[in-house]
Amino acid sequence: MTKRWQPIADWQHLRLRAQMLNQIRQFFAERDVLEVETPLLCSATGTDPQLDFFSSQFNYPPQNPTLYLQTSPEFAMKRLLAAGSGSIYQICKAFRNGESGRSHNPEFTILEWYRVGYDLPQLMAEVAELLQQVLPEKLSVIEISYQQIFQQITGLDALVFNLDAYQNYALAQGLVDAAHLCGDDHALWLDFLFSHCVQTALTPATIWLIHSYPAIQSSLARLNSQDSRIAERFEVLINGMELGNGFYELADAEEQSARFDQEIAYRQQHGLAAVAKDPLLIDALAAGLPDCSGIAIGIDRLLMIASGSKTIDQVLAFPLQNA
Amino acid sequence: MAIYSTNEFKGGLKIMLDNDPCSIIENEFVKPGKGQAFNRVRIRNLKTGRVIERTFKSGESVEGADVVDREMQYLYSDGEFWHFMVPDTFEQYQAEKNAVADAIKWLKEQDVCTMTLWNDSPLSVTPPNFVELSITETDPGLKGDTSGGGGKPATLETGAVVRVPLFVQIGEMIKVDTRTGEYVSRVKE
Repeated sequence: MTKRWQPIADWQHLRLRAQMLNQIRQFFAERDVLEVETPLLCSATGTDPQLDFFSSQFNYPPQNPTLYLQTSPEFAMKRLLAAGSGSIYQICKAFRNGESGRSHNPEFTILEWYRVGYDLPQLMAEVAELLQQVLPEKLSVIEISYQQIFQQITGLDALVFNLDAYQNYALAQGLVDAAHLCGDDHALWLDFLFSHCVQTALTPATIWLIHSYPAIQSSLARLNSQDSRIAERFEVLINGMELGNGFYELADAEEQSARFDQEIAYRQQHGLAAVAKDPLLIDALAAGLPDCSGIAIGIDRLLMIASGSKTIDQVLAFPLQNA
Repeated sequence: MAIYSTNEFKGGLKIMLDNDPCSIIENEFVKPGKGQAFNRVRIRNLKTGRVIERTFKSGESVEGADVVDREMQYLYSDGEFWHFMVPDTFEQYQAEKNAVADAIKWLKEQDVCTMTLWNDSPLSVTPPNFVELSITETDPGLKGDTSGGGGKPATLETGAVVRVPLFVQIGEMIKVDTRTGEYVSRVKE
């Protein structure tokens, strides 16, 4: 048995982490992107039903307010953008409750940045540039739309929900639970097929930039102005592992407020923890978010790739089990 | 019976699936940053021994299976059932052919093995990793051959047949690895 007080990651990986953080700061310094810090403990948090958060209580009578550990620094950073910060980046911890596994630790390090005036293709190019600079191995880059890669690998159309075709494909792949799990929920089918079939089939040692997500998976992205079936969102993956999600950020306060309401209603229907929408973000959007694109990238996963580690624990000094 | 949530899944956990007791071999948490989380699980059906892959929505609950392993002594077979006893308590269990399956070919009377019980009924029998058995039948070996290259079949006292080196003779005790069914060494009396 190893002693529980000792670190899990070996020193080589811990040094690699320090080196990578340096390179990232260098990268943004050269591009004149401002490093910022925002609170991890906030009075509000995201409503995304797929993200479970940690909440805590501040012992400060009479209110003893609830404070939330942030699932990402997005809201506070958008408030800075609305206040006129210009392009900004942050390296900080993010917290997601209930997430633990080979590539998940409930507390992890995130690199989040926003580029004012950038559209999605410009941000994708910058992501590829950054990854090529911080990863030791020179990787090729493939940009492809969600619909195209889905079609290439599964033969299915991701934008048009055909339950029979989806079911038959899942069965042919030996995924007998798919129909029972996903029912007639198009978004859930896409999550299932993408994570089980598409992600695992992507050529390794390649930076995959998968863009034009189906609108039903738009999250905080704008819809495409030409085709409302797709959202201005992309995901970056290497070795089948998701590293981050980029968005052409939704700036419409009303639209944002409506999406929050939908998510809050969904949470209620599905018995998930109740949250209120963040009034400070809504106010900031109402004051005017500049046109910008933003992305968050998981630093620990990037280190897994850089070091050839199979589990996130191998790059963390003290993962959950001995934190 | 216990109910387990997917975040309690780990190797060795026994759960019910399609009305059969199963053992989790490997559990992978699959979670798109902006989507539904799944648990992708490799699982062994303890009745059939088959390994399958299944997916659960994270947060789902499944019923646990009342499966326990107990050390038992193999007593005898009456032709229809195989009888076992817990040494400390003298409790006896009778197992059917499909429960003893291949394991029985490594066991002689009085030997100790591991019995897996499901709802207190015999589900499967696992012999010790190594057993020592004597050879009842094999071709006479060639004098002077100690290399072990090639080998020959030998029938053991329990009826199992293993490949042994040419120098091993009838009446000798040998050590066998039951997981691979391979000869390990001769046993000095």
